[in-house]
Amino acid sequence: MTNASMSGERPRTLAEKVWDKHLVSKGSDGTPDLIYIDLHLVHEVTSPQAFDGLRLAGRRLRRPDLTIATEDHNTPTLAIDRPIKDLTSRTQIETLRRNCEEFGVRLHSLGDIEQGIVHVVGPQLGLTQPGITVVCGDSHTSTHGAFGAMALGIGTSEVEHVMATQTLPLQPFKTMAITVDGTLRPGVTAKDVILAVIAKIGTGGGQGYVLEYRGSAIRALSMEGRMTICNMSIEAGARAGMVAPDATTYAYLKGRAHSPAGQDWDDAVAYWETLATDEGAVFDAEVVLDADTLEPFVTWGTNPGQGVSLSETVPDPAGVADANERAAAERALEYMDLAAGTPMKDIRVDTVFLGSCTNSRVEDLRAAAEIVKGQTMAPGLRMLVVPGSARVRIEAEAEGLDKIFTDFGAEWRFAGCSMCLGMNPDQLAPGERCASTSNRNFEGRQGKGGRTHLVSPLVAAATAIRGTLSSPWDLVAAGLVTADAIPAELAPAAAPALDGAL
Amino acid sequence: MDKFMTVTGVALPLRRSNVDTDQIIPAVYLKRVTKTGFEDALFAAWRTDPEFVLNRPEYAQARILVAGADFGTGSSREHAVWALRDYGFDVVLCPRFGDIFRGNAGKQGLLAAQITEDDAQRLWSIIEADPGIELTVDLVARTARVGDFTVPFQVDDYTRWRLLEGLDDIGLTLRDEARIAEFESHREPWRPRTLPARQVSL
Repeated sequence: MTNASMSGERPRTLAEKVWDKHLVSKGSDGTPDLIYIDLHLVHEVTSPQAFDGLRLAGRRLRRPDLTIATEDHNTPTLAIDRPIKDLTSRTQIETLRRNCEEFGVRLHSLGDIEQGIVHVVGPQLGLTQPGITVVCGDSHTSTHGAFGAMALGIGTSEVEHVMATQTLPLQPFKTMAITVDGTLRPGVTAKDVILAVIAKIGTGGGQGYVLEYRGSAIRALSMEGRMTICNMSIEAGARAGMVAPDATTYAYLKGRAHSPAGQDWDDAVAYWETLATDEGAVFDAEVVLDADTLEPFVTWGTNPGQGVSLSETVPDPAGVADANERAAAERALEYMDLAAGTPMKDIRVDTVFLGSCTNSRVEDLRAAAEIVKGQTMAPGLRMLVVPGSARVRIEAEAEGLDKIFTDFGAEWRFAGCSMCLGMNPDQLAPGERCASTSNRNFEGRQGKGGRTHLVSPLVAAATAIRGTLSSPWDLVAAGLVTADAIPAELAPAAAPALDGAL
Repeated sequence: MDKFMTVTGVALPLRRSNVDTDQIIPAVYLKRVTKTGFEDALFAAWRTDPEFVLNRPEYAQARILVAGADFGTGSSREHAVWALRDYGFDVVLCPRFGDIFRGNAGKQGLLAAQITEDDAQRLWSIIEADPGIELTVDLVARTARVGDFTVPFQVDDYTRWRLLEGLDDIGLTLRDEARIAEFESHREPWRPRTLPARQVSL
């Protein structure tokens, strides 16, 4: 924390500081503030109508040098050197290429080393930095808040607005502190933290708020883990999620292609050091989560708030007090074809998906690879491993992770959004059940009629071995692997009290 | 954008909460590069069920949607708003909206009006007792009226003003262009730029 009282200023939160720094003009009488945008990320799905709008109005793209585009949502993850089979997908990609050419936007196309999921590409290039404003026509833009940036998902009209003006009129926000103190047990990850947060505050609980994740458990996370958490802020309905920058942030950024260098680096760090929430700053709401008692967390329903600890059972809708929520739970169980009272660990899946802007960075792939290394996949199951970017894919291959996955029986794919959303060839068939490291378990999200359980990369890997939703410890308990096959830091001995079922 | 004052039309009761934008329009329909022609995509998965409320003939001319809490959560896709507009909806009444959806709606002339949970329940009961009944939404007075029953709704002042005036956001902002240029002149040199592209080796 920085001490504002010494300078006589009102103590402010991280979010307020970033906002204030980007005020082009302050609103009054209900008119919004005009906020300057430092970085605009673009992809093929939400941009064509915005470029069209510019053309129709005879407007230019104000700042091509603050804009960057990648292809991710529509792109296939196999045979990427072949023309895209689906004609409408191909048209959308070709439209992006034409638009970027016409308006002078830097584009990383399929086949380029920097191509990949837009939220993986920004950080890996060093473009996502503390204290900046980032927007993208994609709700998971919240990912970039992990660096202490104000990162907002926007609609296509706003995309056009940013293209034309490099600003956005935005209504003020409320702030919510989400404090996670303590130490995560071995095998409990950032994904479990955020799934537990969403289950606690609900899919509308963050509405109107910018969340700031704080506490010792957040401080202990890598940048990848912080990105996983901020990524899913939108699933709690929040406008954004943020983590104050610290030494972990700086270490991640140092030396990246677009990170500041030389004197610029020193000046930037000096500014970044001022960003942390001041002592005495007041949040509009506060939520506390205990890291020490958290277990691996998974979803049973059709929104990300419908989750429980892996050791629990499918809840009974009859126990839900609110009539609307009860009806939603009943419909979710029907869609998911689950009976109340079923142990989560008895749920058998057909597919495991490791990927998406939530969990497709090299650290995620490494964690899963450690579990499946030398093991055999459950019979009849399929597993897709989809790196978040072409660069992640190459890094993983340099470490031999691709070989570990393919020896296990998984498919090693090219980078993209893949099975996170039913928009490209990677989809679930109707009725198919998937343990997925992605972010949304909505009806039909991964393909019409598909059933999604959101899980961490560790649970995804263990599930692929056992065939039912599992943590790495469950593999030992089931006699599928010996204890020495589990990485030492995840061994049951390291967390004897974690799971009552063991 | 046309000016929005009052709308009178058939109200459709959607007794569901947490209607995310993947339900309003599944991703497979997002591949078009135009802003129109999304009417067939609206609630596409649910419409395969003949019993789904949108398929009932009494509601064929519906212009006002009354939905449960947390309508429009999830993905930022503005296509959800385009699909509702293309189908013929001018208003969504609901106890709580997803933030991005609500912002998108205001930019496309779709009124996202917030009502209380109790009023949503009452409106559902009234509409279901008399399917096809018309409701009047008055943006000046911020009320929705059906028969003798009137409920107030909330919409922020700025969105209301823009809807009433039919104003274009970008045009409004560009009136402040000098201020934007002034702001840019102070931008620190270490803030990120995408151009010229820099590379680091693997």
